[in-house]
Amino acid sequence: MRTHNQKAWFFVLPVLLLVAFNALIPMMTVVNYSVQETFGNNVFFWEGLRWFQELLNSDRFHAALGRQFLFTGIILAVEIPLGIIIALAMPRKGMWVPVCLVLMALPMLIPWNVVGAMWNIFTLPRIGMLGYFMNDVLGVHYDMTQNPTAAWITIVIMDVWHWTSLVVLLCYAGLVSIPDAYYQAAKIDGASGWAVFRHIQLPKMKQVLTIAILLRFMDSFNIYTEPFVLTGGGPGNSTTLLSIDLVKIALGQFDLGPAAAMSLIYFAVTLLVSWLFYTLMTKDDEP
Amino acid sequence: MAKITLRGLRHSYEPSPKGPEDYALKAIDLDWSDGGAYALLGPSGCGKSTLLNIISGLLVPSEGQVLFDDHDVTALPPDRRNIAQVFQFPVIYDTMSVYDNLAFPLRNRGVPEARVAERVGEIAEMLDVTDLLRTRAAGLSPDNKQKISMGRGLVRDDVNVVMFDEPLTVIDPHLKWKLRSKLKELHARVGATMIYVTHDQTEALTFADQVVVMQDGEIVQIGTPVELFERPAHTFVGHFIGSPGMNVLPAVQDDARVLFEGHAVALEGPVTGGAGRLEIGIRPEFIELAETGLPATVRRVADVGRHNVVEAVVGKTSVKLVVEGDVPVPGSTVHLGFRPDQTRAYRDGWLATEREAT
Repeated sequence: MRTHNQKAWFFVLPVLLLVAFNALIPMMTVVNYSVQETFGNNVFFWEGLRWFQELLNSDRFHAALGRQFLFTGIILAVEIPLGIIIALAMPRKGMWVPVCLVLMALPMLIPWNVVGAMWNIFTLPRIGMLGYFMNDVLGVHYDMTQNPTAAWITIVIMDVWHWTSLVVLLCYAGLVSIPDAYYQAAKIDGASGWAVFRHIQLPKMKQVLTIAILLRFMDSFNIYTEPFVLTGGGPGNSTTLLSIDLVKIALGQFDLGPAAAMSLIYFAVTLLVSWLFYTLMTKDDEP
Repeated sequence: MAKITLRGLRHSYEPSPKGPEDYALKAIDLDWSDGGAYALLGPSGCGKSTLLNIISGLLVPSEGQVLFDDHDVTALPPDRRNIAQVFQFPVIYDTMSVYDNLAFPLRNRGVPEARVAERVGEIAEMLDVTDLLRTRAAGLSPDNKQKISMGRGLVRDDVNVVMFDEPLTVIDPHLKWKLRSKLKELHARVGATMIYVTHDQTEALTFADQVVVMQDGEIVQIGTPVELFERPAHTFVGHFIGSPGMNVLPAVQDDARVLFEGHAVALEGPVTGGAGRLEIGIRPEFIELAETGLPATVRRVADVGRHNVVEAVVGKTSVKLVVEGDVPVPGSTVHLGFRPDQTRAYRDGWLATEREAT
């Protein structure tokens, strides 16, 4: 007879507690809110799935979700290729390596609300350098407080400036791990530059790229601070991304029930896309 | 197919080398005939990989010329030299099938697809990988990966020379032997010049018709495996090749005689040269236990399988000898007989006796 030692449970306990207080309990609170209505005073009324039905049929939610996918799509389409190109162009050895790495890491070290404030000032007409240059030197009307296109261009450039480094650093790590013999063999095999990229560099970067795309997807899909500081969702609702809309509903209108339902759907979409992407990218990896 | 000539080759990794110590390769002159099997043997860091990379064109030498069939190719890039190289670690294009891996060098050169299929089929059959052709190369075992790397080198029928840079490092011992005989077989079938770089004497001696022994960026000796074993030109070669290596014993010259620990030792011939540190070199295989001779005390006996290696002390110097059959007991006193025709003097490391004409 084997005697079972139950001590192992104590070792799992700290993690369990951490996850509980960090994720499970707050999440269940949100689930609790999402099926009820409240008018304050800690009085709640059962509503069932009403908030979910309303939200899924709401034009406002569809618009915010559409803007969110558009934003994430644009920044992924810019940051991933740009990151790969910069990583390929970076030196592999020598004194410039640390210089490049530090320069690359700098934008990521800046607090997010500072990034928003910086770009806000930078693009203000007459005051900011970019705003002054666009309006007064080039004569192009560029004012993100009035012009939705200018607002969109600004938040995209800001995100590219802030986060392309992450893609660069991950790709660079993948690139430097390729042994020299691969490049030498490719040279001897007469491979073109494109073939080297396609058959050596890209496959070796695949795993870090998967991580980079996942991180950038999740981060950009949940982005709040920078656009909030920069445009506050405006002009109008043109840059009201999902998280900004969510905060408006939850804190602006104090509709806790609908906001909770939206949070859950928001979470489910993020999770679903990440899972789909990860499964697709790793499905033909070796077991 | 090509004859390879290296003329006055020197290479330094420093931008402006000052002394000889800055050179990874010092004055290499070599002639390799077409279709031969050669090995470059030496310890790690002796410059053999540098030399290989210069021949393949991955590295441009600081000085000197590389000639293929008397054409100067020193400045040509690797893909224009028609060479193939197999690296220490298998290089495989992970995303491609085995077939596409083997076809890659041909397709890059615009060979028609029908011809590609023909060549890949031939090579796959030679390497016994025909049934793997459709599988993805990423999932192969290391020895099969290394076979594919070799196959990519051999698939072109215009290769001048195939180079192997310690290709068996990552292969399991029981497969090393198999791959080595495969290589020998391939050399016989393909007929290309092959250069094999290794620090493993067994690999070098079994593969090559001629072995080039290198140390500190210099060629110490070129010869057949038998020559290297029987008449090392330098104590380094004697010590590096053979197991156990050659005994290198301190000696002093007394007129025509050479004394080791106070005893006169008969050599293969007269000692040449003038001043310098004198040593006696003799392989353990050529020392025997005799009735008379150098008195020695047995220190230890090691059974290495086919024979025993006896370590005996003469005066203050330990001497190793190979003994077949009965072995003396440690602590006992024995007499050692050196075979005169295999006993040589070395001055400052270099061979310093002349063989007497027979």
